[in-house]
Amino acid sequence: MSEALATVETPDFEQGEIMEVSMGPHHPSTHGVFRMDVRLEGERLVRLKPVFGYLHRNHEKIAENGAYLSAIPYTDRLDYLCSMTNNWGYTLAVEKLAGIAVPERAEYIRVIVAELTRFQNHAGLVGFLMQDMGASGTPLMYAFREREKVLDLFESLSGARMMCNYLRFGGVRVDCSAAWLDEVRALVARLPQFVDEFENLLRANEILMARTQGVGVLPRELAVNAGVTGPMLRASGVNYDVRKVDKYGIYDRFSFRVPLGEHGDVYDRYMMRMLEMRETVKILEQALRDIPEGPVMDPKTRLRGLRPKAGEAYGRIESPKGELGFFLISDGSGNPYRYRVRPPSMINLTVLEDMCLGENIADAVIILGSVDIVLGEVDR
Amino acid sequence: MALPSPEEIKAQIEAGVPGATVTVIQNGSPSAQHSLLLDHTHARTVAEFLRDHAEWRLDFCSLVTGVDWPDTETSEKVKVRKLVKAADGTESEQAVDEVRKTKVPGYLEAVYHLFSMEKKHGMVVLRMRTADRGQGTHLPSLTPVWRSAEFQEREAFDLYGIVFDGHPDLRRILMWDGFVDYPMRKDYVPPPDDAPIAEVHS
Repeated sequence: MSEALATVETPDFEQGEIMEVSMGPHHPSTHGVFRMDVRLEGERLVRLKPVFGYLHRNHEKIAENGAYLSAIPYTDRLDYLCSMTNNWGYTLAVEKLAGIAVPERAEYIRVIVAELTRFQNHAGLVGFLMQDMGASGTPLMYAFREREKVLDLFESLSGARMMCNYLRFGGVRVDCSAAWLDEVRALVARLPQFVDEFENLLRANEILMARTQGVGVLPRELAVNAGVTGPMLRASGVNYDVRKVDKYGIYDRFSFRVPLGEHGDVYDRYMMRMLEMRETVKILEQALRDIPEGPVMDPKTRLRGLRPKAGEAYGRIESPKGELGFFLISDGSGNPYRYRVRPPSMINLTVLEDMCLGENIADAVIILGSVDIVLGEVDR
Repeated sequence: MALPSPEEIKAQIEAGVPGATVTVIQNGSPSAQHSLLLDHTHARTVAEFLRDHAEWRLDFCSLVTGVDWPDTETSEKVKVRKLVKAADGTESEQAVDEVRKTKVPGYLEAVYHLFSMEKKHGMVVLRMRTADRGQGTHLPSLTPVWRSAEFQEREAFDLYGIVFDGHPDLRRILMWDGFVDYPMRKDYVPPPDDAPIAEVHS
């Protein structure tokens, strides 16, 4: 493989030879700067320790040093593929802390942008997973073609493609136009066709099946105990989706199903994303049909100089990667006394070693790819 | 089924785990998420009790985090009787105002947010407090009860310096090995930008 797989030491053990390999931190399959300290017996993994923190910038301290409002653009940079859902997690926590209500229309816009985010995240993840398996380019380009359209919509709404900085506690920053909603409707009408096309491209592909089925199995009990969330948890057959459990925002108004896996292997985790894309389209259709007119923000909501009463609040949402939570403690001043992010992709890495033990080293790449990590969020 | 009130949970814990003392910490914000302060000795048994409770089944520990509460100083004015020398040289006992300062030692806190995936309810907030911020920053680890605490307790150790006794693999996680300070503490001072690299990386 590449130069990044530098051999560190090759100690001889009584039973054959164990080799230590440092995979990463600069390796395309690590989706950023991420390292796996691996011990191999032949091609078989006998130990794997994830090493991260290369992008650590003490995000939490930065947020604690600023006003409540000034943390929102920083949350964009956590999971930099999903800025809209990051904004939502944080604003939800502030709304709980300060008791702020959100107008109806803003709730609908939030659902629309969050589900568009989920769609492009899942499409991109499947594309990258295929890339890790050796399908260079094609599936990823199919996914990115659709992702571009979503990002164009985000750009015309918020002014930025990826760092949207669009949600505010108490609503959203600007209202969307009727023309923008029509553009979204036109895109959403075409999305099922894209999912069909994407699935036809990959379905019954022998390499995909051989490399993913029965690989990297995550048992149900371990998934629950290790706090795994999101599509990865549901691939192991646990029916837990924060949109259904907490019904935050207005998710109780939409009819959609939560896809569940059976085997908890890489194939099921891939399939979860495909199925969730279809459910996301259902939510989008309903939200675009029902969105009412009205304000997107109560003008009396204090954005600048917000000083919540002393206390604390934990707010959580179902981000595309899992349960994204924000824990805030207020001491009555203008900046959070404690600001803590619950990063789903970091906690999902807890079980990486458990999934990889006994598998081939080449499968570690795919298993990591099926976790769906973004290092901006893991390292903070 | 919704969870009972924190007071009811406290009562059931104290009945179910002999010797455990639980204090309900009120939360003044509109979220009204009250928490339970546990004692160190029984924390792990209490955690197992909550996880295995037939009705609650708090099998999912979502968030683990550290919080730093530094030492505080309170000052109060007290009247003290003292011998005061007047201008003509005579001494007499008088009541004099004096400012007396009391140091309240700070502590580090670990906070755990629990939910149930089986029963789909939540949440219960647990807290533990260290004796001080210097030598006595030990807390029992709850990783043996919930694996999800493994990386997050490591992070609280890394950034706050809380030592979790019983953690299977307590190492720094975000900062590099050999880093000496705890960057999330309130009194942390980052090194100046022009500090020699060898100094920062020691």
